[in-house]
Amino acid sequence: MTMLPAGTERSLGLVIDLDICVGCHACVIACKGWNDAAYGAPLSDRDPYGAEPEGTFLNRVHSYEVVPEEGAAQTVHFPKSCLHCEDAPCVTVCPTGASLKRAEDGIVLVNEAACIGCGLCAWACPYGARERDPSAGVMKKCTLCVDRIYNDALPERDREPACVRTCPSNARHFGDLADPESAASRMVAAREGFDLMPDLGTRPVNKYLPPRPKDERVDVLAPLLEPVAEEPSGLLGWLDRQLGKL
Amino acid sequence: MHPAPSIILFSTLSGLGFGLLVFLGVGAIQPVGPAAAAFHGIGLGLAVAGLVSSTFHLGRPERAWRSFTQWRTSWLSREAWAAVGALLAASLFALTAVLGAPVPLLGLLSAALCLLTVLCTAMIYASIRAVPRWHHWTTPATFLLWCLGGGAILAAQTWLAAMILLAAGVLQVATWRRGDDAFAALGQTVGTATGLGARVEPLERPHTGESYLTHEMVFRVGRRHADRLRLIALLLAVVAPTFLLLLVPSHAAGLVALLCFAAGILAQRWLFFAEAEHTVGLYYGAPGGRTT
Ligand code: SF4
Ligand code: SF4
Ligand code: SF4
Repeated sequence: MTMLPAGTERSLGLVIDLDICVGCHACVIACKGWNDAAYGAPLSDRDPYGAEPEGTFLNRVHSYEVVPEEGAAQTVHFPKSCLHCEDAPCVTVCPTGASLKRAEDGIVLVNEAACIGCGLCAWACPYGARERDPSAGVMKKCTLCVDRIYNDALPERDREPACVRTCPSNARHFGDLADPESAASRMVAAREGFDLMPDLGTRPVNKYLPPRPKDERVDVLAPLLEPVAEEPSGLLGWLDRQLGKL
Repeated sequence: MHPAPSIILFSTLSGLGFGLLVFLGVGAIQPVGPAAAAFHGIGLGLAVAGLVSSTFHLGRPERAWRSFTQWRTSWLSREAWAAVGALLAASLFALTAVLGAPVPLLGLLSAALCLLTVLCTAMIYASIRAVPRWHHWTTPATFLLWCLGGGAILAAQTWLAAMILLAAGVLQVATWRRGDDAFAALGQTVGTATGLGARVEPLERPHTGESYLTHEMVFRVGRRHADRLRLIALLLAVVAPTFLLLLVPSHAAGLVALLCFAAGILAQRWLFFAEAEHTVGLYYGAPGGRTT
């Protein structure tokens, strides 16, 4: 059904910390690895060893240079996957009902058995979070690893999205953003997490945490390197003065 | 947006077909006998050819029937219903006309459903907020006017055709001008797209090659190229057919006018997609608005 639910019991989503993402792309690989082997059609690659390789991904990491009002420029790595929007425009445009938002946990999914691959949902998403797989002909998107988070066959600590589980710097967090007491929500409150393009009215569930301002430049060695005497004295001072007269 | 030939062909052909069916439906022309079969046949044939070509861009065309299910929210689903209704009504009306006993009410129903189909097609685009150039009433207005203009040429309504074409041309120029500022007016930048503030520059793309996103939505066309095509579209779709219809009253001239018009609409539709900027371009450093 492409009618959006009036509300969801929970709003599961990701919190992505732009301060500590190191841009290693481990989440990209973990995401592709898990989703190639599990839920739905695999994510195909085209011309992987040729001149123009390309492939389908559910999560991609951009890199930007940010110049703050004051101070030096910063490099910010920016992972982007589906934001599981509350008012998801990708869902309502779908003619087949393949795109849906689940009432129980807010996850936005594609039922690949019903998708005709018209691509309209990818146009409707302002963020570029959907990619049609050229081999399977159906729309692919982040599933929030729905086949991990409820999966009793996995050890408890693995019941979180592959990208979250793998991130070596802990820049990705998973939780219920509708519950103000969840660790994810508290992190968003403490760090002033924000929405991407909020004016477009999509009400994303995923939140981004801003890069922290760079610390004041502290030069630890400087105090140790101060000249011992400002004005040379003694023999050296006399020599210096005589030379200065020449 | 990527100007996919199948979609451009679809709206051009079906627009012509539905336009002719509108003029037949309202009784602007009432051909009888073999002429009726020819006129209705051309209208239905063009509409069907367009609809068939639209399925070529689907990833799984064999499941196209599923697109009838979500008419409550999806304009694409509504288009599917409207198209089937229009083709049914137009076929029945054609049958009665060929048999020499046209039912006017059926004709009016057919005309209304044909216009509704074109409206639904245009609303698919106009409803997409992420493409501000499309997200405006001028999108359905231009689609409907061009459809009526083509129909009038096919129905050999010379004066009416000329007037509709001129009106469509004027509206089209206004639509282009509005569209050029639409992305800037949306107020989204790479800063709001990433939430990283006023001065953000892309440093590295997430992928070294292309992707579905860059193929499909980060298509850019240069301003000079676009300006030239706009002029060509206007010359072919408005100026040439108007002169031919008004000054050279012959069947051959009518055919040339029709071909010119169709070529002009193809150019206009190509621009409709190629010039449309999607917000996802912001993540890739594609500037909003027109490039030089
Ligand atoms: S990020 Fe895009 S694909 Fe995901 S829910 Fe929002 S609009 Fe839909
Ligand atoms: S591509 Fe599939 S999921 Fe997307 S709108 Fe079309 S049918 Fe729905
Ligand atoms: S939640 Fe799962 S599907 Fe979504 S980006 Fe992370 S690994 Fe990929």
